[in-house]
Amino acid sequence: MSDIFPKWTNKLPLQIAVGALLMGTAVSAGCWYYLTPKYTRVGYQPIQPVGFSHATHADQLGIDCRYCHNGVEKSWYSNVPAAATCLNCHNAVLSTDPRLELVRESGRTGKPIPWVQVHKTPDYVYFNHSVHVARGVSCVHCHGQVNKMDEVQHAKPLSMAFCLECHREPEKFIRHPKEVYNMDWAVAPEVQANAGERFVREWKIEASQNCSACHR
Amino acid sequence: MDATADRMAVKVAAPPAELEREPLVLKHRSLAWVSDTVAGIAEGKTPTWWWAAFVPSFLGMLMCFLMIGYLFSTGIGVWGLNNPVGWAWDITNFVFWIGIGHAGTLISAVLFLLRQKWRTSINRSAEAMTLFAVVCAMIFPAIHVGRVWLAWWLFPLPNSNGIWPQFRSPLLWDVFAVSTYGTVSLLFWYVGLIPDLATMRDRAKSAVRKFCYGFFALGWTGSNRHWRNYEKAYLLLAGLSTPLVLSVHSIVSFDFAVSQVPGWHTTIFPPYFVAGAIFSGFGMVLTLLIPLRTLCKLEDVITVRHVELMGKVILATGSIVGYAYGMEFFIAWYGGNPYELYAFKNRAFGPYWWAYWTMISCNVISPQLFWFKKIRTNIVAVFILSIFVNIGMWFERFVIIVTSLHRDYLPSNWGYFKPTIVDILTFVGSFGLFLTLFLLFIRFLPLIAISEVKGVTPLADPHHPLGGSKGGHH
Repeated sequence: MSDIFPKWTNKLPLQIAVGALLMGTAVSAGCWYYLTPKYTRVGYQPIQPVGFSHATHADQLGIDCRYCHNGVEKSWYSNVPAAATCLNCHNAVLSTDPRLELVRESGRTGKPIPWVQVHKTPDYVYFNHSVHVARGVSCVHCHGQVNKMDEVQHAKPLSMAFCLECHREPEKFIRHPKEVYNMDWAVAPEVQANAGERFVREWKIEASQNCSACHR
Repeated sequence: MDATADRMAVKVAAPPAELEREPLVLKHRSLAWVSDTVAGIAEGKTPTWWWAAFVPSFLGMLMCFLMIGYLFSTGIGVWGLNNPVGWAWDITNFVFWIGIGHAGTLISAVLFLLRQKWRTSINRSAEAMTLFAVVCAMIFPAIHVGRVWLAWWLFPLPNSNGIWPQFRSPLLWDVFAVSTYGTVSLLFWYVGLIPDLATMRDRAKSAVRKFCYGFFALGWTGSNRHWRNYEKAYLLLAGLSTPLVLSVHSIVSFDFAVSQVPGWHTTIFPPYFVAGAIFSGFGMVLTLLIPLRTLCKLEDVITVRHVELMGKVILATGSIVGYAYGMEFFIAWYGGNPYELYAFKNRAFGPYWWAYWTMISCNVISPQLFWFKKIRTNIVAVFILSIFVNIGMWFERFVIIVTSLHRDYLPSNWGYFKPTIVDILTFVGSFGLFLTLFLLFIRFLPLIAISEVKGVTPLADPHHPLGGSKGGHH
């Protein structure tokens, strides 16, 4: 044998085994971290055509989410407002500010402002905003504390695991409907435990887990 | 050689002639002859017949890959599948190939545990056939999923969808059954190869061959300790593989039997599929080995007795399959379920009658010829019948799958499946893949288990006049 393979090759199988183990661990860990929506989606923060600050409007000025996203309670889709909504105030406030030129132009022409969509569900997912907000799922759950963001960023992974987290145990997440748009609302865990179960029971919440609930 | 001839004259106390079994290696071939002949096939100049077989096979394999590439780039619509026939040639080919593998496992594991010494001449190539058939089989379920880049969802891996595969689905059991089968078959085949790889290494002339065979021989020296570990490992693997002979095709049959489709929802499926798998596997072993024994001049190792024994296995399993076909019809009538009865009537006399009767002729009628010893020992006849077995068993799966699907409960859901050219070329190409792998195997590895055949030659018997330790001083 020694005429074909030198003595040191006796150690090779062990080294290969250890190497393969380390490599396998590294690849798994790498995929786990880098290839999941927790990494690929969270933190996405495109530059918008108009430097609209949610922090200023929603937090500092205290405008309700629904003032602009007024379709959220009625529609599957939570709309981005037309420029007219902005101009309700901005006709008077900062009415000549060059940063708002695009908004004024849109108001004049009716051509929409080319906002860059941040939160997207894939085409094969059916998601309905109205049913969620009507049954105590707050904006914060999926969009994070937008009221603290100057430029909106993707705060949650919005992976299927993320959806199922709540659909499997809705009582841990849902709140009273009047707190849905309260972005700073906090609750003690023991209160949530009681209230959540009561909401699920009284509102007859059946958070579907069958495939066709979302993949129709 | 003179001394050899002298010794041959020595009288041995043998059993009476009528009880004498035909030896497993003929013409008193010496142990060295076995090594030289078998190893010689993988050494020396590549024979012309090998190239003549390899080139078309290789082109076929490329065609298979091309078709698969076309499928991936375009989508499942390139096949003839549509409502109501959502499974057709893809799953037919899967079951066909996975079934063929079963002969290898049966020969290598079950016949080993049952001490059937005749297995030694054919087990290596049958195991190789098993492996390559499993490779072909794995392709079809993998490519039929449509979005093949998500095929890893078949495996229970943690993922950001937060779900596991459906553990109650036989399709998932299939993933485990087939991958276990592939792994165990590979290990079994490889462990059995180790002593022969060492033989190849020791005979190798070039440095590359020395390195390659030496690498895979894992430092085998043929010491007593090596042999003891080897035999123990081989026995354990044989024990491990034996349940697989039954389990794999049982689970494949569950893909159908666990569903509620009339024609599929049948409790007889597991044993019937296992028998069919062994039947088809032996058919393929014969189809491969009958030409091979002539081309490689192995008639003294793969003897007529071997061929005859395999013919008997085909007769037995073919009859079981025939019984199952009959019993299916009986139960369809006796069970009193009109849908079930309709499914079977439609199978035999509906639009796919031609497929059904091809299946019956090839699987039930033609194997009955193996009752005759004259036919069992006629190599050409056996070869032709073995091809019928292959054809019949492909049609069996086609009949089960397509005839059960093509007429749903409502006549508005009736259809007639026709394969597209892509269906056909992919299947034909899978034979190219199979034969390419098999031809590479016979060109580079000993296609007969040299060390095991040596153990069952008449000369291995210490009481044989030429056998045992040659000096005769035992």
